[in-house]
Amino acid sequence: MNYYDLTAHEIHDLLVGKEATSEEITKSVITRIDSVDDKVEAYLARTSEAAIEAAKRVDAKITRGERIGALEGVPMAFKDNLCTNGVKTTCSSRMLETFVPFYDAFVVKKVNEGGSPVLGKLNMDEFAMGSSTENSYFQKTRNPYDLQKVPGGSSGGSAAAVSAGSAVFTLGSDTGGSIRQPASFCGVVGMKPTYGLVSRFGCIAFASSLDQIGPLTKDVTDCANVLNTIVGHDPADSTSLNVSKVDYTKALVNDVKGLKIGVATDYLQDGVNDEVKAAVLAALDVFRSLGATVGEYTMKAAKYALPAYYIISGAEASSNLARFDGIRYGHRTESFDNLKELYENSRSEGFGDEVKRRIMVGTYALSSGYYDAYYKKAQKVRTVICNDFKEQFEKYDFIVTPTTMATAFTFGEKTGSPLEMYLNDLCTVSVNIAGLPGISIPCGFDGGGMPIGLQIIGRTLGEEMVLRAAYTFEQNTQFHKHRAIIGEKEGRSV
Amino acid sequence: MNYETVVGLEIHSELSTVTKMYCGCATSFGSEPNIHCCPVCLAMPGALPVLNKTAVEFAIKAGLAMNCAITRSGKQDRKNYFYPDLPKAYQISQLDTPLCVGGYIDITVGDEVKRIRINRIHIEEDAGKLLHEAGGGTLVDFNRGGTPLIEIVTEPDIRSSEEARLFLESVKAILEYIEVSDCKMEQGSLRCDVNVSVRPAGQTEFGTRTEMKNVNSFRSAVRAIDFESKRQIEELEYGGTIVQETRKWNDDKGESYPMRGKEEAQDYRYFPDPDLVQIVVDDEMLERIKSSLPELPDARKARYVGDYGLTRYDAEQITNSRCLADFFEKAVSGGVSPKAVGNWIIGDISKILNEKSMEAGDIPFLPEQLAKLVTLIEEGVISNTAGKKVLDELFENPRDPELIVKEKGLVQISDEGALKAVVVQIIDANPQSVADYKAGKEKAVTFLVGQTMRATKGQGNPQMLNKLIKEELDSR
Ligand SMILES: [Zn+2]
Repeated sequence: MNYYDLTAHEIHDLLVGKEATSEEITKSVITRIDSVDDKVEAYLARTSEAAIEAAKRVDAKITRGERIGALEGVPMAFKDNLCTNGVKTTCSSRMLETFVPFYDAFVVKKVNEGGSPVLGKLNMDEFAMGSSTENSYFQKTRNPYDLQKVPGGSSGGSAAAVSAGSAVFTLGSDTGGSIRQPASFCGVVGMKPTYGLVSRFGCIAFASSLDQIGPLTKDVTDCANVLNTIVGHDPADSTSLNVSKVDYTKALVNDVKGLKIGVATDYLQDGVNDEVKAAVLAALDVFRSLGATVGEYTMKAAKYALPAYYIISGAEASSNLARFDGIRYGHRTESFDNLKELYENSRSEGFGDEVKRRIMVGTYALSSGYYDAYYKKAQKVRTVICNDFKEQFEKYDFIVTPTTMATAFTFGEKTGSPLEMYLNDLCTVSVNIAGLPGISIPCGFDGGGMPIGLQIIGRTLGEEMVLRAAYTFEQNTQFHKHRAIIGEKEGRSV
Repeated sequence: MNYETVVGLEIHSELSTVTKMYCGCATSFGSEPNIHCCPVCLAMPGALPVLNKTAVEFAIKAGLAMNCAITRSGKQDRKNYFYPDLPKAYQISQLDTPLCVGGYIDITVGDEVKRIRINRIHIEEDAGKLLHEAGGGTLVDFNRGGTPLIEIVTEPDIRSSEEARLFLESVKAILEYIEVSDCKMEQGSLRCDVNVSVRPAGQTEFGTRTEMKNVNSFRSAVRAIDFESKRQIEELEYGGTIVQETRKWNDDKGESYPMRGKEEAQDYRYFPDPDLVQIVVDDEMLERIKSSLPELPDARKARYVGDYGLTRYDAEQITNSRCLADFFEKAVSGGVSPKAVGNWIIGDISKILNEKSMEAGDIPFLPEQLAKLVTLIEEGVISNTAGKKVLDELFENPRDPELIVKEKGLVQISDEGALKAVVVQIIDANPQSVADYKAGKEKAVTFLVGQTMRATKGQGNPQMLNKLIKEELDSR
């Protein structure tokens, strides 16, 4: 048994039973990173010493006979758009190559308070824009199941690290699928909570009305525990919901009897990969066999969701990323003679192509004369999508779709066509548009051994239902027990 | 041809909240640069704005005081543009749901009351300040960045620079009364943009308007309006046309010039700020703010005319400043003549404040001390002239006026015997004046009064001296 293969709750049991120390476990994961990260390249920055120190503190606590929390002593890592006090936070951008925040993101504070040793910062698509982590300025993160394939994105580093055993759990951010899609590609569990459930303070904004931070874990139980740790009202985020606290582990009930499942058939027709489709249908059979009923429906405005998403997220990004102007922090050009050149050159040099593309799309959509045709229309689509979900949730307890239409693709396969890259978000964007909770859990492997993800969507603040469904599926299948073998195509069971 | 000038104003006033609009930093002047800053007002990555509720209440208070309707559910919008003093590269403002809409302020022009309508009042945040260095570099001070502002936009109801001045003074007075702004123009807490157009008298359509920015005092508003309306009239008289443009007022040169096209043709790409939620004003909040409104300048003015018998003009002079009005009321509360107190305030006190560039709030002595001064004059203890000396002394080194009078020997000599002796002595020494008086030249009396005043070091009671001199002359 390798400690780095274990889930957080398994580690917790070892710690509480004094069968292992947090230091041993943390060191095991650090050694794991040492041995595989030159291939996976999930980490941008490592904070091993601080992690070991944190682990020792937890061990001392255990020795004193004090109780420890579910994630206490369980080593983890953050996506590099989450601000960490004193530790470089780059958003995988040249723009923030040397940026060191003097404040912690809300979730970073929560994780620190929860006592998890922090291993470092994880690679991502620049400013969270992308679906393959190929848009990182610094490095390519590889899919642990096949190093020739992308890990997905934008939280590619966060998914790959969990999949590779380089972190027990990680946090990512999800604007249009950026947690769920890489989770699906890397065979791990990834959840985007209801918009507003987790504070966005200290998460470097991509699209404010869509961004949400969430966990990437090895199973659903860990997901519930991480959610318990990072959820909570934050007065520093105006959009943070002030709702009473829920213990999500209470939702981990192995029972879907009598529940009604809605299947959005839009994603099981044209364009979906056969093996993905088969895996999703098989998953529905599992639910049926456990006493749930399945109904099919077609989404309203399904084909407008993606364009609406790219307009809204681009518009917000164009404004959110305007603060990176080379004046106060971040990249400043060497060559300028006046203010205009300072702005233009700093931003031209600091941002990569995809970021520039989205800023341009967003700027255009907000421009006078185009606002009504693009931004306003996209907001109308948003309303239609929200209402459609509301209607469906009057009939169904949760909704199921594939997380992605296909499994992980090869490097460079889609970089030539931004539009084809954007299609990766097809199944996931509507969930962000409507602000709903959604999870991706492993539900199979394709012929090449690449993981397939099942997306479960819940109603607003319906995290418990989502977790219950996901947990039940997990308890009745074995996919979550699969671990990647780095450098070999086939995975292995533990 | 006769032309009519049409003016609309956009007035920016900083709100005197303790903290900034979207963070917990203090709003304060005169500190070291970049002391009152945090991740939010420096627009650090990942920082988020949280609306200052007091700023919203202050803006609503202003709206209610200016007779506006209050928007019950409003949003905040981003106004996007790049400038180093604007760290987010967007200003959070309100585009189409201003907090307050459709109000008015009545001003008194000559003998007539004129209503100036207010189109809207919205909230927004201030920018930082650029500090250009001698060596060519530019530094930014973000202390002011994120300070709450209201923008008051009028309808084009103002017809002259004088009306604009009266309106601005009313706005300043109201904001002071409701204690939402300290309205110190020198510190930039009250600024305005001025829209000016002209049209032939009698024409109903408006002429093409221009907008002037960088108008930073009431005086420059008056000058800018006069300059611009004159410029437009001359342009039209010579057969030209007015171009709709944004102009920048240069107060040193006393003229405005068009801003370059680039500065002007900005597309701000407004859109609702997704980091903020709807501003909801419920009944309870609205009632609470309504009931917190103090007596406003207009009501006070009416009270001063009715209760104290001041003229409308005098009452307005005093009530235009809440500090001055409070000072006035405290001074008259002991029963001295309001008319006399009013005259001192409007006259010498205002003059001295002006000379010293002080505000009413800076008056160093107590209202009770002014009341004492007035009493001393009314009781004939000191002359009016001596009273002015006492006032000067009150500004220099405030203390009990009676003490000042004693120390400075300002007590008026009203002892008839003592004065009579001086009068006889002076008349004896000026036979020519006696001759003049006998020849019917009344001026001789004035001369002799002056001489006796000099002899008494100004302490002689002038009325008595006048009387005694005439009696002595007639007896000769
Ligand atoms: Zn601040």
